[in-house]
Amino acid sequence: MMMLRLFLLLITFGFTLPSMAEELMSFSSSLNQTRYQSLVEELRCPKCQNQNLADSGSGIAVDLREQVHQMIEQGKTDQEIVDYMVARYGEFVLYRPPHSSATFLLWYGPFILLGLGLLVFVFVVMTNRKRRGVSS
Amino acid sequence: MRKVLLFIPLILFLVLGSIFYLQLGKNTQYMPSALVGKKVPGFTLVSLETDQLVTQEDLPDGPYLINFWGTWCPACHLEHPFLIELADEGVIIIGIDYKDEKNLAQQWLAQKGNPYANVLMDEIGRFGVDMGVTGAPETFVVDRSGMIVYRHQGVINAQNWPVIKSHLK
Repeated sequence: MMMLRLFLLLITFGFTLPSMAEELMSFSSSLNQTRYQSLVEELRCPKCQNQNLADSGSGIAVDLREQVHQMIEQGKTDQEIVDYMVARYGEFVLYRPPHSSATFLLWYGPFILLGLGLLVFVFVVMTNRKRRGVSS
Repeated sequence: MRKVLLFIPLILFLVLGSIFYLQLGKNTQYMPSALVGKKVPGFTLVSLETDQLVTQEDLPDGPYLINFWGTWCPACHLEHPFLIELADEGVIIIGIDYKDEKNLAQQWLAQKGNPYANVLMDEIGRFGVDMGVTGAPETFVVDRSGMIVYRHQGVINAQNWPVIKSHLK
């Protein structure tokens, strides 16, 4: 019974260990904690690529989370923290890339394609209607 | 005219298909460094060998490499013999002992040889963050003017050295 309890305790805490590490961070206000949460979810881990800072267990992600924590507590704005990361790791760290000529297609490509598709659709419908009108 | 329009979907398909095809097999781990084209960021680190404070002012004048390594890093063990060869050829390498322990690093260099002109300790990885390092080993090429011109992630070996060397001037 004792062993079973120990085992259950182990698996429970074993699986929650990474998130526990984060909960050890103390914040001076709940606003700061919320800002921290949203920042580490917005920033991409430079090592693991398809994870954000919040999800990644890699060493550099741990360091960068701590850096975000410190900068928030030092009173840095979100923009300053994002700029700090971009200066070191490039725009790669942003899950939401900035609007620029290089990312134009990324942001607006789908809408352009949708527009083109609609144009083609209207064109096909119009010509079909015209042809039907001629034949009848 | 109408015939041509019929081919538009096929043409679009081929264009998109070839764009996607060309992207296949690319190394997605590769990430251009945000530091390329900039000076080495300012730092104050302790030298492993002399215990003295070293700043960016003390960096070599000529072209050199900055190599991040640690005794905890398995790939660094693989890289080490090649770095010794490079040092023998006269390449100046500044080592950054990244998130490591001093005595372990000293043991490593005593046992395996020391290819570094100087080894600076970055115990908490602060300088690593300023350099945009994602792990070890990672190597930066700094040119004569003190500008970072190239970053190599992973082990330096005989295969990739020619590319790295081409930036070292």
